Amino acid sequence: MMTSATARNESRFSDLFSMSGATGPLIGLILLCVFLSFATDSFLTTRNLLNVMDQVTVLGIMAVGMTFVILIGGIDLAVGSVLALAMMVMGYLSNVAGYPLELAIVMSLVVAAATGAASGLLITLFNVPAFIATLAMMSIARGLANMITDGQQIVGFPGWFSMLAFIRHGGFLTFTVAAMLVVFAIGWFFLRYTSGGRSLYAIGGNPEVARLAGINVSFMTVGVYVVSGLLAGLGGIVLAMRLDSVQPTAGFTYELDTIAAVVIGGTSLSGGQGGIVGTIIGVLIIGVLRNGLNLLGVSPFTQAVVIGVVIALAVAAEAFKKR
Amino acid sequence: MTAAASPILSLRDIRKSYGPIQVLHGIDLDVCAGEVVALLGENGAGKSTVSNVISGTVLPSSGTMTWQGQPYAPANPRQAIDAGVGMIHQELLLLPHLSIAENVFVGRYPKKGGRIDRRTMAEEAARGLKRLGLDVSPNRLVQGLSTANQQLIEIAKALTLNAKLLILDEPTAALGGEETQKLFRQIARLRDEGVGIIYISHRLEEIRQISDRIVVMRDGNKVQEFESADIPVRTIVEAMVGRSLDRMFPALPTPSEETVLEIKGLKSGLGHFSDVNFKVRKGEIFGIAGLVGAGRTELVRAIAGADPISGGQVILNGRDITPKSPRDAIRNGIVLVPEDRKQQGLVTQHSIAQNIGYANFSKVARSGFVTNSRINEFANENIRKFGVKGRGRQNASELSGGNQQNVVIAKWLARDPKVVVLDEPTRGIDVGARSSIYEIIVGLAQEGVAVIVVSSDLEEILGVSNRIMVMAAGRQAGILDHSQANDVSVMELATA
Repeated sequence: MMTSATARNESRFSDLFSMSGATGPLIGLILLCVFLSFATDSFLTTRNLLNVMDQVTVLGIMAVGMTFVILIGGIDLAVGSVLALAMMVMGYLSNVAGYPLELAIVMSLVVAAATGAASGLLITLFNVPAFIATLAMMSIARGLANMITDGQQIVGFPGWFSMLAFIRHGGFLTFTVAAMLVVFAIGWFFLRYTSGGRSLYAIGGNPEVARLAGINVSFMTVGVYVVSGLLAGLGGIVLAMRLDSVQPTAGFTYELDTIAAVVIGGTSLSGGQGGIVGTIIGVLIIGVLRNGLNLLGVSPFTQAVVIGVVIALAVAAEAFKKR
Repeated sequence: MTAAASPILSLRDIRKSYGPIQVLHGIDLDVCAGEVVALLGENGAGKSTVSNVISGTVLPSSGTMTWQGQPYAPANPRQAIDAGVGMIHQELLLLPHLSIAENVFVGRYPKKGGRIDRRTMAEEAARGLKRLGLDVSPNRLVQGLSTANQQLIEIAKALTLNAKLLILDEPTAALGGEETQKLFRQIARLRDEGVGIIYISHRLEEIRQISDRIVVMRDGNKVQEFESADIPVRTIVEAMVGRSLDRMFPALPTPSEETVLEIKGLKSGLGHFSDVNFKVRKGEIFGIAGLVGAGRTELVRAIAGADPISGGQVILNGRDITPKSPRDAIRNGIVLVPEDRKQQGLVTQHSIAQNIGYANFSKVARSGFVTNSRINEFANENIRKFGVKGRGRQNASELSGGNQQNVVIAKWLARDPKVVVLDEPTRGIDVGARSSIYEIIVGLAQEGVAVIVVSSDLEEILGVSNRIMVMAAGRQAGILDHSQANDVSVMELATA
């Protein structure tokens, strides 16, 4: 049938270019890159762009988990602390308790996922608001991270470990950046092409409608917080690779950067709207902005102001567009 | 209303266009002090536009209005309110955590020496409440008040503004029978005090009860004006839909002997009902009637797994499948079209296709994987089957109420359910669109589905049910056959 064939083509076409409301941020990112290319000599060099990629790995990985959480209408304030907890568990198990580093990594990821499960169960079983449940977990995880070494850092991991963050395979791809790209790809695929991912949109749109449509809302909710915890843990491991040390103060206020990246990327804080493509753009905007401001020699204090202004503008622009 | 009374509000040749689309084609309307004029029409007939023009929310493209003998052209709602026109919207706009007095005066608190004068505020609010016969303290929080009382507070708010004309938009949409009567008593009282009232509703029985005159609109035109409310419902409906209705309800199907669903001693986990027993046969339409609060919605929600069950069984084709969750019930073939379309039936800000997809992942997804185009294709197939006007990619919020309901029904039918439960399937849907929903219900039964319909609309439940169970105060008061059931026998059981 002619008509349905064109209708299908048309929908495929627009699907391909659908950025889930992230076209505005994309334009912003491009303008930012164009500006920095002219304003500085060093921005548009392979080396610098690879640096930007390295610098956003931790943020990028955590932002994928946060996208899921915010899509279902939740929030996860614990990710920064969970990142620190995972680092300390890994460092303690390998350097103090003497387990192989590989095993320590796996165990730290299990702990990180468990914190997410705890938040998720608090939210679904006891109806604690996500903001409060994860605020509690933020405090608990930070406390535990400090308790492990009484606030001390742990240094000195095997050489291969930190090399994962530094050796550029094929001249450009470090293991850590590759890990981020894989997380992006899986997150994108999950949200777009699996029934589980599509149900997150339903839950964020209206949890009661989702429940009555036969979606297992509690299970999915807990799952989303587990993934967010797990990815925060992975972020911790990646950060440990980059720093070659672990410390309980790591990841302080990372939850805010992560939320900012997701929101700049066009995912709605009220849930049900957004996606990974937007989040990637949000992560890149923050990364490029930090990098560019450094190249321009802007002080860190001024940088904080600029980033705050960008967050406010991005969200205001989206809200304005919807009106 | 006296025959000599001159109108306080007159509309002459009011027209309104949005771009090339004309939504009002020269409306003339008069409202006198101390009369209730009912404004009737299907969704999209132009009722809301007319009331928005009067209340200053929408500016007319042309035409004139006269208010108490003076030319009247409010540029915004504030001017209309200052002139004495109060509009009570369908969705109540009260702040639950503030007191009644604060709600009445929100935005215009009486002040003394730069501070809010709480005493004057409470006294004036109390006066407004008293005028409406509402015996509550003005210092009470709005939270926890019944919908009817909240409705009255909205009216009290308008009255403290000295409103001479009140526009009530579907004020009884969320009210039960008792509460509706209470509201009507107050409306009658205001009318007797000389307030002019424009009353917008879908419920024809109510309109016949409360109004002095009836104005029927269709497609932006005033099509008929009845000088008295004592008009047969059918005549009014015919004026609304613009054609004569030979039969509002399609012929009922004949159920087979085979029992599909059996409910045995069912007890609510929330204490809403107990000891409910009935059987529904293949191809049967089983109606559940009763007053608001009788436990009907709670019963069908429990059957569909949405509310907890603390005792008894739900037996489907001889197997005990007492559901623990909606997911459980759906898997077994029991689906629910819930009472509140916008809060429970649809994610309104998502597309029709997405909404249909949410209920059908097992069909749309191949081992858990889906694509947007697959969902769209699936949705388009299904909405075409049900005559939904719209396309899969359209947002559900853009559809009319009737079409939204068709989407909610359509999303289930792709699963070939064995039992379809419809809770208030035509609430808030215009008369013309209702018949298409009745046709779907009867069509389902003809295909051998066991259908359960809950409705507060007596005529509807009598018209579409093979048998009717009447509930009263959480009990099953009796089951009537189609041949024995009439409004009297049902109401007797419902109030027993």
